[in-house]
Amino acid sequence: MQSGIFHTQYAGDMSMRPTWPMRWRIVVVILFVLLFPWSADRYWLTLANQIGIAAIGAIGLNILVGFTGQISIGHGGFLAVGAYSAGLLATRAGLPMWLSVPLASLTTAVVGAFFGLPSARLKGLYLAIATLAAQEIIIWLLTHGDVIGIAESLSLPQPTLFGLDLTANGATDFSFYWIILVCLAGTVIFTSNLFRSRAGRAFVAIRDQDIAAQVIGVDLVRYKLLAFATSSFFAGLAGALTAHYRGIISWERFTVDVSILYLSMIIIGGLGSVSGSIYGAAFITLLPALLNNIGRAMGDTIPQINIYLPYVQQGAFGLAIVLFLILEPEGIVKLWRDVKDYFRLWPFSY
Amino acid sequence: MSSLDGKEPPPPQMNIERVSLSFGGVKALTDISFNIYPSTIQAIIGPNGAGKTSLLNCISGLYKPRQGRILFEGTHDLVRLAPHRIARLGVARSFQNIELFRHMSVLDNLMLGRHVHMKSGVFSGGLYWGFAQREEIQHREFVEHVIDLLEIQHIRKNTVGSLAYGLQKRVELGRALAMNPRLLLLDEPMAGMNSEEKEDMARFVLDISEEWRTTIVLIEHDMGVVMDISDRVAVLDFGKLIGEGTPEEIRVNPLVIEAYLGREHGEAMPA
Repeated sequence: MQSGIFHTQYAGDMSMRPTWPMRWRIVVVILFVLLFPWSADRYWLTLANQIGIAAIGAIGLNILVGFTGQISIGHGGFLAVGAYSAGLLATRAGLPMWLSVPLASLTTAVVGAFFGLPSARLKGLYLAIATLAAQEIIIWLLTHGDVIGIAESLSLPQPTLFGLDLTANGATDFSFYWIILVCLAGTVIFTSNLFRSRAGRAFVAIRDQDIAAQVIGVDLVRYKLLAFATSSFFAGLAGALTAHYRGIISWERFTVDVSILYLSMIIIGGLGSVSGSIYGAAFITLLPALLNNIGRAMGDTIPQINIYLPYVQQGAFGLAIVLFLILEPEGIVKLWRDVKDYFRLWPFSY
Repeated sequence: MSSLDGKEPPPPQMNIERVSLSFGGVKALTDISFNIYPSTIQAIIGPNGAGKTSLLNCISGLYKPRQGRILFEGTHDLVRLAPHRIARLGVARSFQNIELFRHMSVLDNLMLGRHVHMKSGVFSGGLYWGFAQREEIQHREFVEHVIDLLEIQHIRKNTVGSLAYGLQKRVELGRALAMNPRLLLLDEPMAGMNSEEKEDMARFVLDISEEWRTTIVLIEHDMGVVMDISDRVAVLDFGKLIGEGTPEEIRVNPLVIEAYLGREHGEAMPA
């Protein structure tokens, strides 16, 4: 049982995981993600990769929506920008993956900052509609590819990294697991650091009280655009990774549905929380897979179930969001915090 | 008490020159002019709706006056500057209805007060180790001085939204103070407090004035407090400046007495 936390140095007080239980928990998590791919089959590896990519995108969206308080329904479009720019950089310019992915992310950051310009004047629902326009503009450009000279869908060359063939022996999922893991770890560390330093605090200040933020010297327009750029950077990263991982991309993967899906990830996971974004991404990715498996298992006894499965999935998805909004609006991260709080004082939790 | 007593007055830190502000047809401020002198406590009083907060909003750049100038330290016309530029010049303020960052800790709120003095951006902040960490530690030390001064050590890590009203007021003063401002605007820092809390707050204001030599502009309704702690008082009524001077001068100013107490029927309008 813990009775208090004491520090003698500011650096210790400001560290990300100041107590030993927190450090042990992260060690367990790291061991798990390092050992997982060696025992998992392709099905689970694919799911893990989907979760990883979704988590990067969700953290990006959370920077904007959860931390800075600027609603965006345009993130599907930003994912598309990342995917298509990675694709074009790989096919047209023949850039290797280690260059095309970061360049595509930077491109998306610029595009995101551009579509963030309305945030200088608009707030809340009005801004949401403006970002919806961004989503539709981007998809329109992709479906009318002849305007900017690209095809509706794009095939990428075989992914290689520093000369290594990532598809050798059908190990695409295994090798991408490590690439995505590194990218996700980088995203998590960067974002956690961001929100314990000056710029991140300014983002949160804009969310909580924008007038007071101005008066203490935060340049609102500048920081809102920075939030859009940072957020879109990670959306672009997720998009670029999807492009290289899938090998083929088309605009159907990045419609407004995807934007909504990402919004539900951060709402279910926990707004304004890095770990919550990961929980939400895992939840939203695993829910349909779980329902599929249940459907398949029951398919032998109830043959008609396969007809209804898609509807059940949609229904379960909607139900999950509604239940979370009613029962735990602060998301999975709050549930986890409650569990930790309970055991902190256990067995004297009265 | 007054730092102006028996001395040649120093050049004013702020010249408010013929400031007028209106919302549509409503004149919030009409032709306000007075000076604010360095290292003094300047009170602004007046009945509700007299335009006190509007004047403060003009100084901190949230409202743009229709005409007039607000010169800060002789060179900067605040009327032309955006609020964050004004903050950078060293003008800090607190609000009448507490405007803290409710979901952040007391510490983060105060660290935001250091925003203008810090440099790290998104990129160096995300990398953290190295420059940003050194900067955080350096400014954390300053913030701890403010925490000590305001005696809020025990609530450092609490979320601001969960604190009692009086403490929130104190944290808001702390956030403004963390900016190490040259001019501190306080909008009713003692509103809604009991007499003990008021005494604490008055003591903090005096401490800040004496130890930091910060110029303080104070809006307050409690006349006892105003007359006790301020060096100069400006009185607004219906958007007009009806008196300005030391507390003693204001106490006997007939226009001020009339605005506060009214005048008896049939009595002649004082000159």
